Amino acid sequence: MRRRYKILIGAAVGIIVVIAVGLLFGDANVAVLNSQGVVANKERDLMLFTLGLSAVVVVPVFVLLFGIAWHFREANTKATYKPNWDGSRLLETVWWVVPCIIIVILSGVIWTSAHELDPYKPLDSHKKPLEVQVVALPWKWLFIYPEQGIATVNQLPLPVDTPVNFTITADAPMNSFWIPSLGGQVYAMSGMSTKLHLMANTTGEYNGVSANISGKGFAGMKFIAKVTSRADFDAWAVTTRQQLRPLGFLEYQKMAEPTENVEPAVYTLTKHDLYDTIVEKYASHGMQHKGTDISPMAGMGQ
Amino acid sequence: MDIWQLVFGRMSWDALPHEMVTIGGAVMLTLGGITAVAAMTYFKRWTWFWKNWLTSLDAKKIGVMYIVVALFMLLRGVADALMIRAQQITSVGEAQGVVSTETFQQVFSAHGSIMIFFVAMGLIFGLINLIVPLQIGSRDVAFPLLNSVSFWLFVVGVVMLNVSLVIGEFSAAGWLAYPPLSGLEYSPGVGVDYWIWALQIAGVGSLLSAINFLTTIFTMRAPGMTLTKMPIFVWSVVSSMFLVAFAFPILTATLGMLGLDRLLGMHFFTSDLGGNPMMYINLIWAWGHPEVYILILPAFGVYSEIVATFARKRLFGYMSMVWALGAITVLSFIVWLHHFFTMGGGAKVNAFFGIMTAVIAVPTGVKIFNWLFTMYGGRIRFTTPMLWFMGFVVTFTVGGVAGVLMSVPAIDFQVHNSLFLVAHFHTMIIGGVVFGFFAAMTYWFPKIFGFTLNERLGRYAFWSWLVGFLLAFVPLYALGLMGATRRLDHYDSSMGWQGLFIVAGVGVAVIGLGLLFQILQIVVSIRQRHQNRDTTGDPWDGRTLEWSVPSPAPVYNFTHTPQVTTRDAFWETKQAKVAKKRAPFEAIMLPKNSPVGIIIAGFSFILGFGLVWHMYWLAIIGLIGIIVTIIMRTWGEQDSEEELSAVAVEKLAAQAAFASRRKV
Repeated sequence: MRRRYKILIGAAVGIIVVIAVGLLFGDANVAVLNSQGVVANKERDLMLFTLGLSAVVVVPVFVLLFGIAWHFREANTKATYKPNWDGSRLLETVWWVVPCIIIVILSGVIWTSAHELDPYKPLDSHKKPLEVQVVALPWKWLFIYPEQGIATVNQLPLPVDTPVNFTITADAPMNSFWIPSLGGQVYAMSGMSTKLHLMANTTGEYNGVSANISGKGFAGMKFIAKVTSRADFDAWAVTTRQQLRPLGFLEYQKMAEPTENVEPAVYTLTKHDLYDTIVEKYASHGMQHKGTDISPMAGMGQ
Repeated sequence: MDIWQLVFGRMSWDALPHEMVTIGGAVMLTLGGITAVAAMTYFKRWTWFWKNWLTSLDAKKIGVMYIVVALFMLLRGVADALMIRAQQITSVGEAQGVVSTETFQQVFSAHGSIMIFFVAMGLIFGLINLIVPLQIGSRDVAFPLLNSVSFWLFVVGVVMLNVSLVIGEFSAAGWLAYPPLSGLEYSPGVGVDYWIWALQIAGVGSLLSAINFLTTIFTMRAPGMTLTKMPIFVWSVVSSMFLVAFAFPILTATLGMLGLDRLLGMHFFTSDLGGNPMMYINLIWAWGHPEVYILILPAFGVYSEIVATFARKRLFGYMSMVWALGAITVLSFIVWLHHFFTMGGGAKVNAFFGIMTAVIAVPTGVKIFNWLFTMYGGRIRFTTPMLWFMGFVVTFTVGGVAGVLMSVPAIDFQVHNSLFLVAHFHTMIIGGVVFGFFAAMTYWFPKIFGFTLNERLGRYAFWSWLVGFLLAFVPLYALGLMGATRRLDHYDSSMGWQGLFIVAGVGVAVIGLGLLFQILQIVVSIRQRHQNRDTTGDPWDGRTLEWSVPSPAPVYNFTHTPQVTTRDAFWETKQAKVAKKRAPFEAIMLPKNSPVGIIIAGFSFILGFGLVWHMYWLAIIGLIGIIVTIIMRTWGEQDSEEELSAVAVEKLAAQAAFASRRKV
């Protein structure tokens, strides 16, 4: 009788949790699964595939766990009792070999996907990629569009179906540049330049964040990646350029002071090598690196 | 330099807490301390406490002290967790949360540091102290005094961390304090220094413990107990202590370099002048990943003992288990980069570390199947330790799948540093290490205290923990996939995350309920100790040597050193039903009590505190004090043991037998 109550209570709790989670899912966007970009799509598919592959082991484990536990419970005196049965070459071989096979398959997946979805790899497209230079500042994001001669803070307008080549650095503690709807993240580190390639499939507004703690105002380091048609993007770039709110080195130095929850803003770029200057700022005192080719882990299998 | 600065370093009145929450915490901590001291004085327990506990070199008592300290820190860690969730539930959109950003960041940094270094490590070392000597048929550890020093260095870490709540501040840079955020430029205060020196001092203690237990296990096993006849828990401790011995020096060096950066303005890990923060991140994880296995391997050992005992059956695939432990030990050193696939390493680097990570799933899977087939053909008693084991298999398998997902670099890019990751490692550490400890506590409690714990309250605690755990962490997996990153003190209401955070908060509260049941369980069990007394020394029909001695285990563990011929030595003896031949009692050498551990700890605290506040004169006193204490001790070495005569042993053994027969 008591056992039955427990099962009932357990089931009730489970159902409540499922319903609650289901209801709460309603008004939120599961960005990683509801992907809107080429890279994010592939990463989501990879996730679902790996989940399925894991199920090959997980499902038997759960079946065996509850099946064996129930059948060999002390009260069931009909079950055979083999106190000295402590091994079976066949069985143990099975569970060394079967997981090994799964891991060999998974290793193949890891190897190919690590290359195919390497954030440093340019995306295949007949369209000319858009260059965007990303600088993590305390505590806001600066986006420089060198070809358009403009810059933005905490907003990232992008054209749809166009590959975007991000080069990323920081003039702040380490941050991580992440737009979940469009694809995976890469760290932003001062004195270094990392790369990320993304391409949006659909127009819309997607949340971007810093995924790594960088001090007091880090929760406010968010931006909207606004994906529009190419024509709209170009029109926006031209208008922005004409607003004549300059961003040179002096303005940059003021901007780089710590501020929190910064409103989005746009600038006309007056110092075209601003990004390189920011990266080299950290190298200038000590070891001399050249240009922006300072990639982390240089020489580690790049 | 003015005189104030010379004497007090960086300290000023500003060091006292300002905010309501921190003032409350500081006041509670101070009042608690004063009450404890007053109570001890009122009941005249100081001498007793000093003689029986503080200066004791009995591994079992040191083990109990480790666990008591760790359980107190668990309460603080859970309080921190509640505060984190309270903030994330209330700080949405226009609404301000319950604490300021600065405090919030200190709280989650403290939560992580406390839970790993001062809860999980404390529980594991406590358990090892209690059980390893008994299981290998030894009367003591190899270096009893060193053991006491290790424990007291651990306590110094705990004290420093708690002092930071009252005087100064704690680190706000996360539990691993990545530079440059943790460097002087961005964290000029004392918080990071408290973090560094608390961990540094406790870490030295861990390293010394590892050396101690490796030596104990390799040199002090009962005659006949070859390596492959050791209980599997001992094997798991060997693996874990190997990891400590090889990984903790990396931590010490890394913290040392970060300390030099901060103390002397050096440039190991700064962004400029040739420093490299990425080096820190590599080094800290070269320690940090083995650390995860340092915690989980002994828990694996616990489960192995418990399943075999409660299935009344031999452990299935003993050699497979040993090989799996060995494989995990080696592999855990070559996966550290999976903690930062997103740093921009090349595809080949990421792929290599991803594959190595996935490979760890193989030996772990083997262990799970071996446990399942230990149950197969058994007669399983579902006592609370067994329930914790069942809960562990469920949670650990789910968490393992999340781990396999994240071993694929291209998937990791999308969940790294999100709450999905947070949910994953909590699944592994709560479902694996914490459940394992609770199983162990229920299982071995009678061996140490002489009576069993209340089963009904134990079951209530288990179900509260399991349900609370699911409520607290399933929502986090979902939140991570929604793009919620970790350590957020604020988010927009338009994200639609608040509901799930509330569910997660309720989960923490349910876990708190589980803790209440456990406190109640201990209180009730102490009150009912007479009817729950373990009269046989073997309440579970156990298999290994610790069950062959009376409960509570006497100070010398064994009157006669056991002779071992098989695995499950005690079980096989019971099966053989040979009448015991009573050899005459012999004299036993026992280590004398020694205050050296506590004195070294006192000076270490002075050293650490002086370094944190830049009171260099104080630090120098601490350092000299440590050195002088060690030198003084070497002179007293010949006099460190005392003999328990054969007559005394016989008398104690008779008393133990009488005590266990007496049913009140």
